[in-house]
Amino acid sequence: MNPADRYYSTEHEWVLVNQDNMVSIGITEYAQDELGDLVFVELPATGTIVENMGKLGEVESVKSVSDIFCPISGEVVEINQEAVESPEIINEDPYGKGWLIRLDPSNPDQLDQLMSASEYEIFLESLGH
Amino acid sequence: MKRTPLYQDHANRGGKLVPFAGWEMPIQFAGILSEVKSVRSGAGIFDVSHMGRLVISGTDASKLLDMLTTSYISRMQSGKAKYTLICNENGGIIDDTIIYKHTPNKFLMIPNASNEEAIIKWINRCAADLNYEIELQRVTTDTLMMALQGPQAAQILQPICSIDLLNAKPFCIFEGKILGYDSTIATTGYTGETGVEIICNLNDGPYLWSELINLGVTPCGLGARDLLRIEAGLLLHGSDMNTNVSPLEAGLSRFVSFDKPAFFGRAIMLSQQELGLGKSLIGFKLEDKVIPRHGYEILKNNDIIGEVTSGSYSPTLDTGIGLGYVPIEFSREDTELQVDIRGRMTKAKVVPLPFYSRKRSK
Repeated sequence: MNPADRYYSTEHEWVLVNQDNMVSIGITEYAQDELGDLVFVELPATGTIVENMGKLGEVESVKSVSDIFCPISGEVVEINQEAVESPEIINEDPYGKGWLIRLDPSNPDQLDQLMSASEYEIFLESLGH
Repeated sequence: MKRTPLYQDHANRGGKLVPFAGWEMPIQFAGILSEVKSVRSGAGIFDVSHMGRLVISGTDASKLLDMLTTSYISRMQSGKAKYTLICNENGGIIDDTIIYKHTPNKFLMIPNASNEEAIIKWINRCAADLNYEIELQRVTTDTLMMALQGPQAAQILQPICSIDLLNAKPFCIFEGKILGYDSTIATTGYTGETGVEIICNLNDGPYLWSELINLGVTPCGLGARDLLRIEAGLLLHGSDMNTNVSPLEAGLSRFVSFDKPAFFGRAIMLSQQELGLGKSLIGFKLEDKVIPRHGYEILKNNDIIGEVTSGSYSPTLDTGIGLGYVPIEFSREDTELQVDIRGRMTKAKVVPLPFYSRKRSK
């Protein structure tokens, strides 16, 4: 269910290394399902420098609001305007059209701290899911 | 944790079950927003078996309810329902409820799940103090209750129901049959749409529930119910009202019958009416796309003046909406306020309630 081509954080974000060595970041299927229908998304402006595990933004559903943490440090180079305007695409396609930002990573070695898809699935099981 | 007879059915349908007032209830099935849409445009069904169901009967039942509530219960016609408030001697709201009059000496009261015990104690205490002869029977766990709501609710139910629903007026109660099973059917609800609430026998409920879903009704959870009632400007006891506010402060004076000579809280409510109120419930909408949540502070010119009692995202207005109490001078329509959304001041504007009203036919 969780694509094997990317990295996962314990805060339920995913990181995918793009061909241009930028990374795209989003929230996982588990995160979108837990949050329920998303109605608002707040993301930083392009050019913002974010720290590893720093706050990247907020996703708000009818039920609750949740901070998104940046699993890797770097500079925001692009935000997904479509996800801001129609947050439901994050629910519908969290690993595709529902990506949140693209980042120029300042320290790609930080990816090693993250989990693989199979490790993330074991992590989810440990949460009782 | 208590479970309704529909618990297993909810789990099988993928309902997300959460604790609510001592019950394990579905907060959502397919999703809150799609469920809300079904209720606003078609029909949705809610398991509301957690709500209290108290039958109050006896020669003094009507006199007692006149004392306990803000409405003129003794003047109600049989077969009618009334939304009313149960207040203490200080005019504080102990609960809000719908009272259904079966006969002049027999009533059904629906208290909130979280207040049911307190209401039973209050009724018994008042009956004893006033020396009124009544019988109180709790049928909550002997029956099942569901709310079928939405513009298509009556049409969908009609072919399997013995009552003429298409000509039934709002706030009435009937004894009839659904698919041949004895049911109490009331034209009431908590969504701002037309619809019915159905009370049936414990054993028949799960069958009726799935048959209605088979007829195209959307199963809905408490999440959708909360959003629908906030949009419709309907208050939730425990959030938007409690024993520290009076019906007048809660904007519910239309449910207070001052022409009734005696009821708990009357003197205080009368003096509030004469001297004016200190605070008032308001509805507000936010300028930014965020949700004001219970407990967030409401400010005017950087001074804290109140707090949010309920809030949600309104699909109708496509923005955050909320309810809260503010000093009376800030309660006028169009007053600009701020809400502290996790440290960020967000502009809010006082708007008239309800946020949403259904288009009326005829």
